Amino acid sequence: MTEAAIVATGLCRAFPAPGGAAVQAVADLSFQTRSGDLVALVGPDGAGKTTLLRMLAGLLRPDAGSLSVLGIDVAADPQAVQDRISYMPQRFGLYEDLSVAENLDLYADLHGVRTEVRRERFASLLAMTDLARFTLRPAGQLSGGMKQKLGLACTLVRSPALLLLDEPSVGVDPLSRRDLWRIIDRLVRDEALSVVVSTAYMDEAERCAHVLVLHEGRLLAQGTPEELRARAAGYTFTAAPAPGMAARALQARLIDARDLIVDAVPQGGAVRFISVPGADAASLRPLLDDAVVTVRQEELEDAFMMLLRERQRERGAVPSAQVRERPAGNDDEAPVIVVRDLVRRFGDFTAVASTSFDVRRGEIFGLLGPNGAGKTTTFRMLCGLLPASSGHLEVAGLDLRRARAEARARIGYVAQKFALYGSLTVRENLQFFGGAYGLRGAALRARIDATLAQFGLDPAARSGELPGGFKQRLAMAAGLLHEPEILFLDEPTSGIDPLARRDFWRTITALAARGVTIVVTTHFMEEAEYCDRIAIQDAGRMLALGTPRQVREQAAQDGGAAVDDMDSAFIAIVERGRRAAGTEAAA
Amino acid sequence: MAALLAALLRIGFLCRKELLALLKEPSSRVILLAPALVQSLLFGYAATFEVTHAPYAVLDQSGGAAAAEVLRRLDGSTTFERTATLRSASEIAGAIDDGGALLVVVFPADFERRLAMGVPAPLQLILDGRNSSTAAAASAHVGTIVANFNAARGAFQPVTLERRIWYNPNLHSSWGIMPNLIAALSMIQTLLIAALSVAREREQGTFDQLLVTPLTPMLILVGKAIPAILVGLAQSTIILLVIRYWFGIPMHGSPWLLYFGLVTFTIAAVGIGLAVSALSLNMQQAMLYTFMIIMPLMLLSGLLTPVRNMPQALQIATWANPLRFGMDLVRRVYLEGAGLRDVAIDFVPLVCIAAVTLPLAAWLFRNRLS
Amino acid sequence: MSGGAAGFHRRCRALLRKELRQMLRDRTTLAVGLLLPLVLILLFGYGLSFDVKDAPVAVVLEDTSPTARDVTAGLAGSPYLAPVWTPWMDDAVARMRRGEVAAIVRVPQDFSRALAGGGARVQLLLNGADPTTASALEGYVGGAIGTWAGHRAGRAAGKEAAGGIVQVEPRIWFNEANTSTWYLVPGLLVLVLTLVGAFLTSLLIAREWERGTLESLFVTPVRPAEIVLCKLAPFLLIGAIDIVMCLLAARFLFHVPMRGSLSVILVSSMLYLAVSLLLGLAISGITRNQFKASQVALLASFMPAMMLSGFVFDLRNVLLIVQVVSQLLPATHFMALVKTLFLAGDNWRLIARECAIMLLYVGVLFTVTCRTLRKRLD
Repeated sequence: MTEAAIVATGLCRAFPAPGGAAVQAVADLSFQTRSGDLVALVGPDGAGKTTLLRMLAGLLRPDAGSLSVLGIDVAADPQAVQDRISYMPQRFGLYEDLSVAENLDLYADLHGVRTEVRRERFASLLAMTDLARFTLRPAGQLSGGMKQKLGLACTLVRSPALLLLDEPSVGVDPLSRRDLWRIIDRLVRDEALSVVVSTAYMDEAERCAHVLVLHEGRLLAQGTPEELRARAAGYTFTAAPAPGMAARALQARLIDARDLIVDAVPQGGAVRFISVPGADAASLRPLLDDAVVTVRQEELEDAFMMLLRERQRERGAVPSAQVRERPAGNDDEAPVIVVRDLVRRFGDFTAVASTSFDVRRGEIFGLLGPNGAGKTTTFRMLCGLLPASSGHLEVAGLDLRRARAEARARIGYVAQKFALYGSLTVRENLQFFGGAYGLRGAALRARIDATLAQFGLDPAARSGELPGGFKQRLAMAAGLLHEPEILFLDEPTSGIDPLARRDFWRTITALAARGVTIVVTTHFMEEAEYCDRIAIQDAGRMLALGTPRQVREQAAQDGGAAVDDMDSAFIAIVERGRRAAGTEAAA
Repeated sequence: MAALLAALLRIGFLCRKELLALLKEPSSRVILLAPALVQSLLFGYAATFEVTHAPYAVLDQSGGAAAAEVLRRLDGSTTFERTATLRSASEIAGAIDDGGALLVVVFPADFERRLAMGVPAPLQLILDGRNSSTAAAASAHVGTIVANFNAARGAFQPVTLERRIWYNPNLHSSWGIMPNLIAALSMIQTLLIAALSVAREREQGTFDQLLVTPLTPMLILVGKAIPAILVGLAQSTIILLVIRYWFGIPMHGSPWLLYFGLVTFTIAAVGIGLAVSALSLNMQQAMLYTFMIIMPLMLLSGLLTPVRNMPQALQIATWANPLRFGMDLVRRVYLEGAGLRDVAIDFVPLVCIAAVTLPLAAWLFRNRLS
Repeated sequence: MSGGAAGFHRRCRALLRKELRQMLRDRTTLAVGLLLPLVLILLFGYGLSFDVKDAPVAVVLEDTSPTARDVTAGLAGSPYLAPVWTPWMDDAVARMRRGEVAAIVRVPQDFSRALAGGGARVQLLLNGADPTTASALEGYVGGAIGTWAGHRAGRAAGKEAAGGIVQVEPRIWFNEANTSTWYLVPGLLVLVLTLVGAFLTSLLIAREWERGTLESLFVTPVRPAEIVLCKLAPFLLIGAIDIVMCLLAARFLFHVPMRGSLSVILVSSMLYLAVSLLLGLAISGITRNQFKASQVALLASFMPAMMLSGFVFDLRNVLLIVQVVSQLLPATHFMALVKTLFLAGDNWRLIARECAIMLLYVGVLFTVTCRTLRKRLD
């Protein structure tokens, strides 16, 4: 008989908002989980997942209701609960001055892990996170994703009775994500670990025994993945576009038809979509044109999208055309971004090793790579924030590091980490950045109102207190206010729920159609499909460059089976690259 | 012209953002403005070398009328308050050691006799030297009382010293220190705020976002300097008002000149703060550099001890200290009613400091990478 | 596995290691922690002095007779005054306005005549904008002239004093050298420890709140008291080095006597250091924000220690509320203790009282800091 790991009854928790009214983060939540189960918490941003996890960890007290974890009443004795669980917050606080090994040692000591156990444990953790090469590096010098992995490793130094993970795979590349889940699976199997993980990746939720879908603090649905999947049965299809039409264009058309199509996303050159229940084939026909439609197996993500769409209020319309009309560039035109043999060294560590690529106007260019591959460094060099150690780079014909200030008005940059003013409200942040880019008066107000609506932001909310996904949206909004010609987006969708991700990419594709050049990095491999061309980097070297189809073909050759999703293609290419580097180093 | 307007507009946006970040939270506002008020009140009362109601003990071994007369004068003054009448010399140590008495007045046994014989009669004062300024002041007061006693007895004084005091007729020691506080107290926080401003943005990651925009380092600099200057001026004004209206120290000079000087001084201080900020990679560093700088600036400015008393090398070093000149300027204008010509020399170092530090800060914005 | 004494020791060792590492790798903190006392020692010892020396005084002789010149000759001999002779009053006034001279001594035209007649006057104009110097100058000039008058009375057999006069003979205990250095330097120890405590620790906890490392720490078995203790320990080390530096400087550089026992000085200094460090930690824990914490730390440490602790100003008789504030400052108590220990010697009643007060502060501040680290995010 498996006892309950968590019993929650009628949990409520509210937070005071700046205006005075309270925001109900969790409302009347009741559920149970069994010990030894892998439980997923899914839901859009602000659904209350982090609040719930913090209550489970004893860091927040519920306003009402009862919560017992491992048989202990959390409100009464949080320390007892904390002695037996491990909790990884959304942004794990690492000690930046301490090295990777020292951080691990610290947490092992604090948790009381015995020395004999520690050695073996550390070895497997370092292997899983691919940080074995970096044990002596100060944590502050790791890339964003590597920090996330180290945080997870520090959380897993011991096997608790219950493991709480708040979006552990945000910012983590597919390789490491795969390894991470291998370890979690093993822990659950070998040590009967109970795990509650909140995640935005539906494929991760599929591996769990029990899924809780939260929305605005309430439990929308719960059950096994099969039970939830059943909701989407019969509505899921794949449409292969007619030759000559980009998958992206078909996807755009489909997703705009909100009353007929719940969701559409490009994958492997085709478009997966979900039709609204009740929509008949006839009304879909005009949308699909010559596309070939096949039925496909429903997945958890489909069910999730359907649930959310039912609940979601209508968002604002896709941005209207106030942008200068410019058709996409053709091949004769000079590329807008030119990178030749770009190198960046930090001391004796080479972050970017001789990278070269071009980006044409109106293109969506994806820069992919595992954590620490040098993507953010490349970005910062392109934006002029960092000087290159050697090599040549041009953005819109200028070296932004030396360019006049006015030239910078033509680009937009959304950083990986939230880089707006936390103490200001959303509106104040937008007003400032709009003003900094030269907008003013009525034009500024109009643009702000448009972006507020487009991204669903509350103008009076304090920026620092927004949930993670909303912070990303705000950063995007600020980057788009001045309608730049070139947009640099560093992992813009990490931490955003699938619904918002769709809207975001709809915006991007619309911008690209109007001639805006976009360079983007992402860890959601399916998003690579939105790109015209992608490049895969690892350890500062370029491993692949081409359209998504070309990259998939490149991955398939030389030993791999036919690869039809980007995730596997990415993993294959990177692993092959590392093997090659290994043999080079050994030779 | 249009470019200038655009630049001014952008500066306006920058200032607004900076002021919002500084003043949004009530606790931030309190921290910015309350200390000036509280400190000027507290220090105004504390900053005095005057001796009043100083506790003293007396050992009268003469027992004569003259001693009694001297004691009557001592007791009658507000300066001294008798706390103990000792009976033997062995009690003197106890009276002073425990800090009960600031001084012990000892009339030797032959005091009366010597006076009657027309010979100088020594009067012993034993003072607690643990605060030598107070001891000296107490000694001087006793000296005055004794001189009056001598005069009353008809002792011949061939030369009398007639004193006239400019600006501060009652020679209140606090009047000398308080106008100094106008510049000194506000500089502390102004310097710190300016020093933390860029470092905070660097640490929180917003500075990169600023550098990516079309804002030039110069604009960013001005946008950070102006709010800090405004805060500094607000604090100076609060202190000025307290000094003028609460403590009633009269102001003789022109308010316009005073504020002109204050503005120049604050700009110089903010310049130093911004240079520190641009140099620091995080707030901890900024704070530490600021502490390191504020100590010498405050101590070597003439706030408590005159610059004249310092060794020559240090006096030369103070030419780089904006507080020295700011304070001098403010005090001369406030207390002495000095005019522009009198204080013009004070403006020169202030302008030089600003002219060096502000461009340096702008250059460091872009070029100081971790 | 997580409870009991063994757990406590292991966690403390781990936290201590972390704090030490962080402290040692933060070069700036280390440098400032060891340099700042040095800078202050030099400033205090050589830069600050309340003693007036060579103060420029304008001397206007409107009576050019030898008698008048004789009166003012005594001024040149005084080590405290540096007379500047000028024949015109207007010139002297202009110089005083410009700040070139601190006072004006004016011997009027009729001086010699008035002196022969029975009573002469000498005018002394003082700049009240610098009252301390003005009072001191009044004393020196008056003394120089009085001495001259005394000598003259001695030479002139005719005029007799109508009776004896009282002469004040001051003896200053504890500060026989009567230099302000002797009482400034012990105060230096207090100031250094106050500042070091403030800036070493005031950003520590706030930084952890801002970086999110505390949230991760909270869900480990670590207890708030352990966190506070281990944050305190490394800086006690640095502070101890600073104490030794100050004591060495006081003894060998400035030759200030140390009449109390060394061990008492050391113990009470470490005690005050703990108070100062804990005050910084408390500020950090309460504000949870580096920006605010640094402002509060600077405001609460430097100026109050200078002005309200009895360092420069004797606060015996000021307004009651100011005295209350002064007594609330831990610096005040240590200041009284240190001055006595250096200049007077062991006074056990005083030692016991002030150490007890400082221990009380340690207890209160420790508890407050622990409370700010209660493992709650709300």
